[in-house]
Amino acid sequence: MAPLFEFRDIDVLVGSSAVLKGVTATIPDQRLAVIAGASGSGKTSLLRLCNRLDVPTGGQIKYRGDNLLELDPRALRRRVGMVFQQPAIFPGSVRDNLRTADHHASDEDMTAVLASVDIDSSFLDRVGDSLSGGEAQRVCLARALMCKPAVLLMDEPTASLHPSAAATLEQTTQRLRSEHSLEVVWVTHDLRQISRLSEHLLVLDDGRVLYAGDPGTARAQEALATLAAEEGE
Amino acid sequence: MMLEGDVDALGLAASLILVGLAIAVSLSQQLRIERQLVWATLRAFLQLIVMGSVLAWLLEPGRSIWYSWAWVAGMVVFAAWTVRARAPEVPDLFPIALAAIATATVTTMGVLFGLGVFPAEARAIVPLGGMMIGNSLGGTVLAARRVADELADKRPEVEARLALGDSAHRAGRPYARSAIRTAMTPQIEATKAVGLVFLPGAMTGLILAGVKPVDAVLVQAAIMYLILGAVATTSVVVALGSITRLFTPDHRLRPLVRRDNA
Repeated sequence: MAPLFEFRDIDVLVGSSAVLKGVTATIPDQRLAVIAGASGSGKTSLLRLCNRLDVPTGGQIKYRGDNLLELDPRALRRRVGMVFQQPAIFPGSVRDNLRTADHHASDEDMTAVLASVDIDSSFLDRVGDSLSGGEAQRVCLARALMCKPAVLLMDEPTASLHPSAAATLEQTTQRLRSEHSLEVVWVTHDLRQISRLSEHLLVLDDGRVLYAGDPGTARAQEALATLAAEEGE
Repeated sequence: MMLEGDVDALGLAASLILVGLAIAVSLSQQLRIERQLVWATLRAFLQLIVMGSVLAWLLEPGRSIWYSWAWVAGMVVFAAWTVRARAPEVPDLFPIALAAIATATVTTMGVLFGLGVFPAEARAIVPLGGMMIGNSLGGTVLAARRVADELADKRPEVEARLALGDSAHRAGRPYARSAIRTAMTPQIEATKAVGLVFLPGAMTGLILAGVKPVDAVLVQAAIMYLILGAVATTSVVVALGSITRLFTPDHRLRPLVRRDNA
């Protein structure tokens, strides 16, 4: 089976500055892939290419063997869901938020999806302002799941959360992977999270690939040591 | 009694006293708008002189009415160009603004002159066209800039909508709605306050010209309703049109910079 994503010679320019510089890497199927890097290394920019929220200035991206830039972006985004660093809850109730993703969803459908992210049905009438950071992020995850995606892109989803809420989100995501055969690409700069989650590791440094492969190798540890030094840990 | 409307140089200078006061306030409070005040005052004076000269030329006996319509068409183009210049954050806005303002002008002028509210003469066509276009201009500039600001401010929310597979149009609609409300509020408030707080220009002019107040009121009501309709139409068209310009054809939000002076 073709890899989940293949990046070949990817360049991304923002204004006149290069954010990604000739990135060539593969994200394999059925392994939780972690894209790691210090702040400004280009990891979020790479993730945003995977559902076409951005497009590369140069290079080619393949999704399961197909040229990603030739796929219908709206259909792609429903297949490749995304959870952002800051939970973006839309105005209105949790029910309104979930219906944004599926206009015909019944309360039963929404209750089932909320249950899958460990939130009970009483939350359906809660408004965004009344949710904690962890609850809001899990509602965002549930909202993405309403599209029944095959892939979840997680852009530092725990960066703004309390450690216990972060741990819950990690566990929920792992459970979703096994229960729904979801592919997950997780962006983080947290070394402990990298060691807990990564089954495939891609380390970026200043827009270039520093390491891509098995997280257990000596070269992977070297790359993570470089990351730790840059993060001042 | 009809007013002759004679204002000599001294009278004009006296009317500038409050502008001088505004400049003094700007300087003392460091508002840094004194140059804009001077420029706006000078520009308005020059524009009115030009307008007066053109009106005098258009009103000459035997002058074809088509010159008046051509002048209105010129105002439509200039207004659309002004919208583009005042909302540069929305790319390629000119054709949208032109279509919106032209449609609103044709419709409102059609009602005013087609139904015989006013005689189709130069002295009515040019000022009424100016009122419709001028009011639409304010609304459209506000609508375009608010859409751009809303999308810039709410980028995470907008991209979260796009990430769910929403089209650009659907993802941008809540923010266009908010922009349209903002753009229409001044006109709605003006319509609500008319007669209580201020007497609008056309009605004041008609009364000063000796028309019976009741007749002037009816004419003004018709004009205000048409202005409200024109502002609503142009704001909606420009706000929704701006959405198409601020997203790419493949449903991505373009990079946006929020204007602090918006």
